Amino acid sequence: MSNCENQMIFNRTGLLTGESNNEYGKYYIYRKMLTIKDLHASINGKEILKGLSLTVKPGEIHAIMGPNGSGKSTLSSVITGNPVFEVTHGSVNFEGKNLLELAPEQRANEGIFLSFQYPVEIPGVSMVNFMRTAINEQRKYRELAPISATDFLRLMREKKELVEMDSKLANRSVNEGFSGGEKKKNEIFQMAMLEPKLAILDETDSGLDIDALRIVAHGVNKLKTPENATIVITHYQRLLDYIIPDFVHVLYDGRIVKSGTKELAYELEEKGYDWIKQEVNA
Amino acid sequence: MEIKLSGMEKQYIDLYQSHHDLIKKHAAAVTNTYRDAAFAKFQSLGFPTSKLENYKYTDLSEILSLDYGLDFPLDPYQVFKCDVPGILSYLYFVVNDGFYPEPAVQNEGLPKEVIICSLKEASEKYPEIVNNYYGKLSVQKEDGLVAFNGAFAQDGFFMYVPKNVQLDRPVQLVNIMRSDVDFMANAHNLVILEEGAKAQLLVCDHTVDDVRFVSNRVTEVFVGKNAFYEHYKLENTHVRTTNLSTLLIEQKATSNVLTNVMTLHNGVTRNTIEIDLNGENCETELCGMVIGDKKQNVDNFTSILHNQPNCHSQELFKYVLDDLAKGAFTGKLYVAKDAQKTAAFQTNRNILLNRTAKMRTKPQLEIYADDVKCSHGATIGQLDDKALFYMRSRGIPFEEARLLLMFAFTADVIENIRIDALKDRMKMLVEKRLRGELSKCEGCVICQ
Repeated sequence: MSNCENQMIFNRTGLLTGESNNEYGKYYIYRKMLTIKDLHASINGKEILKGLSLTVKPGEIHAIMGPNGSGKSTLSSVITGNPVFEVTHGSVNFEGKNLLELAPEQRANEGIFLSFQYPVEIPGVSMVNFMRTAINEQRKYRELAPISATDFLRLMREKKELVEMDSKLANRSVNEGFSGGEKKKNEIFQMAMLEPKLAILDETDSGLDIDALRIVAHGVNKLKTPENATIVITHYQRLLDYIIPDFVHVLYDGRIVKSGTKELAYELEEKGYDWIKQEVNA
Repeated sequence: MEIKLSGMEKQYIDLYQSHHDLIKKHAAAVTNTYRDAAFAKFQSLGFPTSKLENYKYTDLSEILSLDYGLDFPLDPYQVFKCDVPGILSYLYFVVNDGFYPEPAVQNEGLPKEVIICSLKEASEKYPEIVNNYYGKLSVQKEDGLVAFNGAFAQDGFFMYVPKNVQLDRPVQLVNIMRSDVDFMANAHNLVILEEGAKAQLLVCDHTVDDVRFVSNRVTEVFVGKNAFYEHYKLENTHVRTTNLSTLLIEQKATSNVLTNVMTLHNGVTRNTIEIDLNGENCETELCGMVIGDKKQNVDNFTSILHNQPNCHSQELFKYVLDDLAKGAFTGKLYVAKDAQKTAAFQTNRNILLNRTAKMRTKPQLEIYADDVKCSHGATIGQLDDKALFYMRSRGIPFEEARLLLMFAFTADVIENIRIDALKDRMKMLVEKRLRGELSKCEGCVICQ
């Protein structure tokens, strides 16, 4: 069953369906951004991901849903290189690079961003200093000169407006004393500053009231281009009313067991996960 | 109690006995007042050993058993270019034990009632002031190092700020150790603020030559009623330096004192800081920071004595230790029986960057009053892995993320500095130090 569903995605999005003759020579029009194959990962010897495969192309929004403990957050941690998890098998390829060989900061500078489910408080490190360091590290990685103070401040102002973030928050320590909503806004603010190619939103909707949810979703949609991609990890269909996915995947017991379009999310909202568990276990 | 003295005391006892006329002859007159008594005390106490509770974390026996030169006649050294840039201060130098007599040019404008000179000069010109204060805090201390200082100190720094005089700029005192042979210095400093006076003192300790130095300094500070005093001690010395410093502060009613002891680089350091709150409504803030690596050793032994009611004390010490560095902190807090409505808060937080660095921390509260608010907290931990990963996930490399976290950890101690130029300078120096750019003290690297 699961194979069949994966197959559907495979065909629909196409693999090698065309070529161009531009200056780079052979170039696949439908280029892939992220390819995860048969990924196994464990923490403290306990296997969480048990053969997960997923392909993401530029311009796509993928939603990953699934019951508690199915491995959703583990997936985001493994893609971003959290050293707590050990990858035991499989491959993760990002724009032609073996992601598993890169340090977390290299992955970030390659263009991967994670909006944390639980953003970390860092007392003593100001948001301004944190963001300027991050931006300049990214520029260094791309062999660009450091950003000028004027440009940096202008960028901060623009992006703060995007998520309607209180100006005062930027002068405080990273996430310290922020409310749940402010922390999530701050994640999207950072995403706006860093302009990633692939953004992973890990339960960005949890702990948000309806107004904050709208602001955060609006920010994400504003940042969407045909060149970047988004993976939205969520428990609830609600967020997907605002951020409309191209694909919805169900993660269960460390594998993607079902994939479909946004209608699948409605079905899950209505029927819960039990029917999927039964399908898998059968 | 009879203490059996070993060879290490004996060399100094012999030295004293054979030279004490010479010592007295060249010394500030006031320092001779208690000299023989101090010597007798030293004979009975000896140098502190790690068997004593107050010195259990710092073993000085190996250091003090070496033979150090004691330079009795004073030998002023050429003016050493040392300044924390951006700080407009009244600048003075002490080379080894001796106060450098020529004040720097920028010291014009010092209010004429204020006296800043060597203890020797002060005890000739203003004996009525000096004799009133000298030794009042140090003489009764049952401490071998203080007794030793009493026996051997000949001179020191003297500052007197009379009633209601407020200094507009900090006074900066640069202690420079220079010698061609292993060398020991014993200075006795005296700072007096009368009622309503205000002063800031920044003490910088530096070493110049690559020989072993021991400095055993005692500083007595008297802070009068309603007076404001800030004491900053910044140490940036080389690994062969042993810095033994005893800072004794007495506060009178409604006075306000900030003490900030920062060790950026050193060899072996023992700071004994004792603050006596001898009047009502005193405020005292005592903080410090240590950055240690290699085989550095820093022991901050602090006591705050709430002898009177309605006083407020706040204590904060932070250590970042790497390699084989050793740190120790003792936070003694004494609240006398009648010192009701005391508010005293103490925090000591430490980060060990590896498994070989060691930290020992000991809060020690003795509370005899029953209507007080006191708290203490001591933690020893590592850098926060979650914060590290969070920063790396934003593209900040591991080393840089570590640095930001360490810097952030020390930030609140730096924020306590009330001289803006010094605060900025410290931020820069701490960052350089954490980056390893100040990994050794090359002369006065701190000031270049």
